[in-house]
Amino acid sequence: MALLTVANITASYGPTQALFDVSLTVKRGGVTALLGRNGVGKSTTIKSICRMLPHASGSITFDNKPLTHLTSHQAARLGLGLVPEGRRCFNNLTVQQNLTVAERPGHWNFSKVTTLFPRLAERKNQQCATLSGGEQQMVAIGRALMTNPKLLILDEATEGLAPIVRQEIWSAIRTLKETQNLSILVVDKSLKDLSKVADQAVVLSRGATMWSGAMADLTDSVTAQYIGV
Amino acid sequence: MTLLFIEQILNGVQLGVMLFLMAAGLTLVFGVMGLINLAHGSLYMVGAFAAAAVAASTGSFLLGVVASIVAAAVAGVLIEMLVIRRLYGRDHLDQVLATFALILIFSEGTRMVFGSFPLYLQIPPALAGPITLPGGIEYPLFRLTLIVIGLIVAFALYLLITKTRLGIQIQAGEEDREMISALGIDISKLYTFVFALGAALAGLSGALVGTLQSVEVGMGEPVLITAFVVIVIGGIGSIQGALIGAILVGLTQTLGAFLLPSLSITLFGSPDTGQVLSSMLIYILMALVLLFRPQGLMGVKT
Ligand SMILES: Nc1ncnc2c1ncn2[C@@H]1O[C@H](COP(=O)(O)OP(=O)(O)OP(=O)(O)O)[C@@H](O)[C@H]1O
Ligand SMILES: [Mg+2]
Repeated sequence: MALLTVANITASYGPTQALFDVSLTVKRGGVTALLGRNGVGKSTTIKSICRMLPHASGSITFDNKPLTHLTSHQAARLGLGLVPEGRRCFNNLTVQQNLTVAERPGHWNFSKVTTLFPRLAERKNQQCATLSGGEQQMVAIGRALMTNPKLLILDEATEGLAPIVRQEIWSAIRTLKETQNLSILVVDKSLKDLSKVADQAVVLSRGATMWSGAMADLTDSVTAQYIGV
Repeated sequence: MTLLFIEQILNGVQLGVMLFLMAAGLTLVFGVMGLINLAHGSLYMVGAFAAAAVAASTGSFLLGVVASIVAAAVAGVLIEMLVIRRLYGRDHLDQVLATFALILIFSEGTRMVFGSFPLYLQIPPALAGPITLPGGIEYPLFRLTLIVIGLIVAFALYLLITKTRLGIQIQAGEEDREMISALGIDISKLYTFVFALGAALAGLSGALVGTLQSVEVGMGEPVLITAFVVIVIGGIGSIQGALIGAILVGLTQTLGAFLLPSLSITLFGSPDTGQVLSSMLIYILMALVLLFRPQGLMGVKT
């Protein structure tokens, strides 16, 4: 049984429908990449999973429990750790406060997170607003890890970062997969980096799942048609 | 003259810290939940009546004060869960109308239970009478106690908001409520807590100020208006701003009423101009602050 199963969901922003037929799964201990061009509904799918946007039909099952009637915080407490698009750190809080504000007991704590991202230890009393984009991204990832999730959801975690900082983030993600065996759903633009961590891939186009399968089976014709380079 | 002046300054600070107790809840509720709560003055009245009733039946002022906090907090939780919670996403006009209706309900309800005659709270004997301050100033001990209580509450509130996990969650919720929910925090519990906290402080201030004045239906609304002036001056959402604004307004109001009439006698031969001006003074202060800092003294620019 997969950890997360999204089956044929539809969802709308008011009158505009954004998702028409999205399905995906994340296996326990697996990493699934969610792919597709700008505006196809990747972030919307994530919002539906995290109950920030209700889905109109279809089903979402996480850890054998249906999420449909749960609120956002109830779903999170089942073990969803969200690193949202645009990072959304709490700018007026310090790094340490950001990390601990929603912490739940488990493997991950402040010192483990600062071992993963040593820079955060140096800046623990600094306000988030004063951090660089890469550091803010580390805070957003650390903040999600501190809730000790069963599934980490990363939405464009390397967007807008310098190449060297991107590599830091990717290497942290690989560490999470390899040493913690954490299940991950990841959205990113870089196929090359994704192929090093993801085992499954799901490709969206215009709010619907077009292709899904093993990352290794993703053919050039699929990527050319639905993802572009 | 200088002794009298110092006494007036202390009175201004005393008025200020009591205003702060009112304004703190108002500014928190507006800052965190985006809600304009006109019924905040009703919670002040609930606190005052609860204190008067409990103090009269038990003979203990302290129990009366505890009752004011408990009653206002309970009333706060009830109206938050029954009414206010439905108003968070709505526009300010809906909020104003609904909370105005709450004022009417609270006022009539209180009138039905306690009647229309004012009640009085007695200053407890241990705090009655004057105390001699350094410099030979005689000052009422009870008023001095109010200043101390107000400052202690302000400090405790500061610690709560900036140092506790709950306070940090409140700050995070103020910034991005969707995100804090997605991290597993039950924002509606947080909101109920913030509302109850504000209500408890309003109730406490109702009991304390009610002891200096009288306890009657409608006592909350004039204070509510002044508290709004305070939070606009201080910057909406800022607790520090509420404290600074409250002290400024308390001093302006007290010193204006003290100085302007006599100044007006010297200038025009009659106190009238001064009296009129002094009742407008806090609004003039608000206008001046807004002229130079539209977001209020401690407010953040949006
Ligand atoms: N808050 C919103 N209100 C209305 N429409 C929205 C909203 N957010 C997204 N949309 C629309 O929904 C569709 C899917 O957007 P979504 O953000 O899910 O795309 P995405 O795949 O994450 O794109 P990107 O790669 O640019 O992040 C788009 O057409 C977008 O315009
Ligand atoms: Mg997106």
